Parts: sequence; C-alpha cells; structure tokens
Amino acid sequence: MEIAVCVKRVPMVGGKIVVTADGQDVDTRMSGFTVSPHEECAVEEAVRLVERHGGSVAVLTLGPPAAADQLRDMLALGATRAVLLETDGREWGPIATAEAIVAEVTGAAADPATSPVPALPDPATSPVPALPDPAASPAPDPAAAAASNLPYDLLLFGNEAADTGDYQVAVRVAHALGLPCVTGIKNLEVTDAGARAKREYRGTEEVFDIPLPAVVSVKEGINLPRYPSLPGRLRAKRATIETRAPQWRADGLTKTGLRVPAGESKRAEILGNGADAVPALVALLDELGILS
Amino acid sequence: MTVLCLIEQAVDGGVADVSLRALTFARALAASSGPWMYQKAASDPSNGAFTDGGAGPTDTDVAGGTGGVAAVVFGDASAAEPKLSEYGAGDAYAVELTGYAPQAWARALAGLAAELSATAVVAAGTDHGSEVMAHLGAITGLPMVANCVTAARNAEGAFELVRHRWAGSLLEDAVLDVTPALLTVAVDAVAAAPVAEPAATAVHAWRPELDDADLLVRATESAERSAGVSLATARVVVGGGRGVGGPDGFGVLEELAGLLGGVVGVSRVVTSEGWRPHKQQVGQTGTRITPELYLACGISGAIQHMAGCLSSKHIVAINTDPDAPIISRADYAVIGDLNQVLPALVDAIRARSS
Repeated sequence: MEIAVCVKRVPMVGGKIVVTADGQDVDTRMSGFTVSPHEECAVEEAVRLVERHGGSVAVLTLGPPAAADQLRDMLALGATRAVLLETDGREWGPIATAEAIVAEVTGAAADPATSPVPALPDPATSPVPALPDPAASPAPDPAAAAASNLPYDLLLFGNEAADTGDYQVAVRVAHALGLPCVTGIKNLEVTDAGARAKREYRGTEEVFDIPLPAVVSVKEGINLPRYPSLPGRLRAKRATIETRAPQWRADGLTKTGLRVPAGESKRAEILGNGADAVPALVALLDELGILS
Repeated sequence: MTVLCLIEQAVDGGVADVSLRALTFARALAASSGPWMYQKAASDPSNGAFTDGGAGPTDTDVAGGTGGVAAVVFGDASAAEPKLSEYGAGDAYAVELTGYAPQAWARALAGLAAELSATAVVAAGTDHGSEVMAHLGAITGLPMVANCVTAARNAEGAFELVRHRWAGSLLEDAVLDVTPALLTVAVDAVAAAPVAEPAATAVHAWRPELDDADLLVRATESAERSAGVSLATARVVVGGGRGVGGPDGFGVLEELAGLLGGVVGVSRVVTSEGWRPHKQQVGQTGTRITPELYLACGISGAIQHMAGCLSSKHIVAINTDPDAPIISRADYAVIGDLNQVLPALVDAIRARSS
C-alpha cells in the first residue's frame, strides 16, 4: 500500500519556553528541533503497515529549508521518499497548510515519475481543488475527481502539532479530497474491506470502520517508534529530498504576539533533604487531607 | 449576537463539565461588545454593562433574534435541560441524530449557524469537540481557532482571542476578522460559572440535512468502560520519571499509590523507553491529570510533562537536582533520591496507620 505521512518541524523546548524579544516567536537559538511526537508515531505506523502489506512511505513536511533535517530523520526510520514544501520561515495557518498538502498529493498523481521534480500545478489551470467555498453549489465535485487520482491508500497525520495544536489540517485535507477521516487514533488495522481504527474516549473505546483511501490522524501510544538503524541513517543521509515552493496566504486569523503565562516561576517550599524529609512530607500529606 | 455552543453529554445524559465551561466561555463572548453594542454603550453606558456575564439587556434586540447562547445537543436533550438553563443557554437545539458521526455533527452545526446567523460557534477542546469543529472549519472554509482561553468581540467587530500553544505552556494573542468565529475552548482554562438568575431554556428539535458521505464515518461500538481508578480522574497521582532508573523501579511507586488511594503516572521518557505503557503517561501527548496531590518523583519537569499536570491542586516534587525545572513549578519539594525517600515514606505511612 502507498502511504503519505505529514510531519511538522518543532523546537525541542525542554524545561522552559523563551519568547523572542519582539514577542512573535519561540526563541530557538538554544534548542534543537524534532517532529511532533504524534507524527513520529504516524511515520512508525506507516513503516509497519508497509512492512506487513508491501508498498512505500512518502513523508511530507511544510517548513523552512532546515526542515530537511526532520525529513532525513523520518527517512532513517524507514520512509522511502521525502518532500519538502518549502516556506520562507513565515508561520502558515492550517488552511494554507492543508491546501499545500492537497496540491502536493494530487499534483504527484497528475505527473507520475515523468519528472523527478514535478512542477507545482498552476492554480489557475489545474484541477487541484480549492478548499470548499461555503457559498458554492455542491453540484460539481472536484474532491471526488481528485480522490480518484490520488496515488495513496492512506494519508497519515499526527493528531495535533506540538506547538500550534490546531487539530485540523488532517480534516481539511480529507474534505478537500472527499475522503473519510478519523482522528486521535490509537490502534489501526488495515483489512481487505478498508481499515478499522480505534481510539479512547472518556474511558471507553470508539471503533470506526472506514473504506480506503482515507485520512487518519494518530496519537502517541499507537506504537513505540523504533530507533533508526545505522543503514537507515546512511540511506537517509544520501537520499534526495524533493522540494516545492507553495504560496503562503492569509486566512483571517492574525497572531499579534506570544507570551509565557503569568505565575510560571515560583519556588517550591523545600521540605528537607533525602529520607530525613519524610516526617515533614507525612505532616504535609496529612495537612492536605491525603492520609485521612 | 448568537453564539452556538456544542454540548457534550455525560454518561447520564446531563451536561459534561467541559461543556459547562464552554457555556461559560460562550456567555462571556456573547456579552462582549460587538460593533452595534459599542454604539449603544456610547450613548447609554448601562446597556453595555454586564455583571454576571449572562445574557444582558442588549441581547434581546439584535437583528430580531433572541441572541445570547444557544446550546446544541445531539440526541435527547431532556436530561441536559436543567444545567443548560443554569448555565445561561436561552435556547437549545436537539439534533435528531443518534450516535457519534463527526462530519454529520459538523454539518448540523453548519446548518444551524446559517439558520440563526450565528456570530460564533464554540465547543470544548476535547477529542470530539476539536474533531467536530475541524470538520465545521473544512465544510465552511472558515478558520477554526483551537484551545481559546478568552474571546471578545471588539468595536470593529473582530474577535480578540487568547489561545493556548504548546498545550498551555505558551499563550498566543490573536485577532480573527471573519464571522462566524469557530472556536474550541481549552478544557481546563475556564472555570464554569452558573448565571445569577437562570431562565428556562427553550428546546427546539433540529433535523439536519445530511448526505450519505456525512454518515460514512461513525463510531460503531463502544466497549465497556474500563474498571478501576483512571489516571485522568484520580485524587492522588504518584508520578515517576527518568529518576526511577528503569522498568523495575516502579514497585515502590505502585505501593505508595495503593496506600494513598491513587494511581501511578509517568513522564514521556518512561513511555518512550518502553519502561511503562503509554496509557500511564502524564503530559501533552498523554493524559491530563487533575488530582488533589501530584507527587512527582524523579521528574525534571519538561514543558511536555507540565502541560499534563498543571491542573493538579498541589504538586510535591522529589528530585535530586534542586535546579530542576520542576522545583520552580511545584508547591513543595524534597531534595533527594526517590529510591531512598519513597521506601521511607511508605514505611512511615504504614507505621502511622497500624
């Protein structure tokens, strides 16, 4: 089966988030970068599905040129192809991000293998669907046409990005392509009939049976991602990363600033050191009503 | 202005706590001054003043509608009605649809929002709420702003929002200049508050116009509720991190949790190493906990972890490093090795009860 996984480069924030002096971004001068945890699990899930059913895994990211590092990390886990939808470092909202992903996954269908780096479809002439216009009549369905040309059986996402936590790119892509979509999945089985996806909901389990192709977003815990193998890392280092240049656009939501919530830094009252602190700890638990 | 609020029902059919908070958020938004209210408030300041955050005096004459908050319930609304009234929903729409089908729910909300000319649609930022609102965003082509903490309409008619990033470790100030605003409410950022003088909620039936495709994805079965104390609702959580040292070190944490009537939770490194199952993870990509006491042992306090435990009433850290980030986020701390402190603590508690 053919699977595309979308990942996002995010800073490793560790113990503290620092905002840049202009209040517009997270200060990343001292941090490394990674992909969001849910997405690393999405890549692992895709690699396992392909190991079981055959096929290949393409990994996509939208981000600055340096996001190629994260694509290589995912190639080292077993993805076979990597595409960078390159930005100028500006933050993209979920609507524009979904549009760029839709253009990529359908554009690849329009131009299979004839060119190693397919040109970006011209939005004025290509059949690449725009996100649905609420005022438009539902009669012609570009989404259905796009889905029938889709070279993937499964599009995998993380449930939400670690930084912006928008919870919606997967769903928007599914609507644009006219595909079924399930989110927050913790267990995924591909069957002859399609896929069975499960997730937790308030102490119960929800089960969804869906046909393929489909869009699925997963959560950490669906699997335990492997460590990259040495051959995997070498292959990733040599791999070609395909690059596109999608166009940013505004969507009506404008960030005016970022700030760390007040009250972040207090100082714990120290009860003591080592086992000597146990009487004070017991007294505290008693005072808090925990021992009654 | 009319603000639609998606209601999630508790197991008994009543309103889930997260939706009481969403209703409180929706009321504050409905009461905030939009452009038309701004003009009235300028000529008569009393019109713009709201003391309880409920449906105010100027809510009755907007575009001929009743304005205020309209709740949207899927299925039978009767058990939810008392709380809807108590939390200020003047109207409730009971959608004739059984079971959970996210796209169909979103289609119903889209129909209602158009019918009522809603200014905003809000839902709690739960798995269901986020999913349905994402579908609503995709159906309408409008932005959907996730995990808002506050929202108010300003004099220009735009929405001034504060929302979570990094699961609440960072706040974003933002302006949304399209209507209706589609917002989810951060689940633990808003306190639920009833209105001072509840009025009866008028319940209306609503039959959505659905395609087969809207019903393609639906939850087909829900297994039995898992038994035992759940991490999300436990009164006491004993947390273990890298400092536990390995998969064999959790016995004393389990023992202590048992003595305190609580459960064990762990940090992400513990689940990433495969020491404990992911369902025990506390954090941004695990479970959010809300205990009376969180005893964090051998946990450094990374952003990822703190996002899951900051709603704890009291945090007590046990850590060898007095400069670990957790020390500046906890209420109390013991500086020391959990492998010495915890066995002594277990002994002391046992001695006390015998």
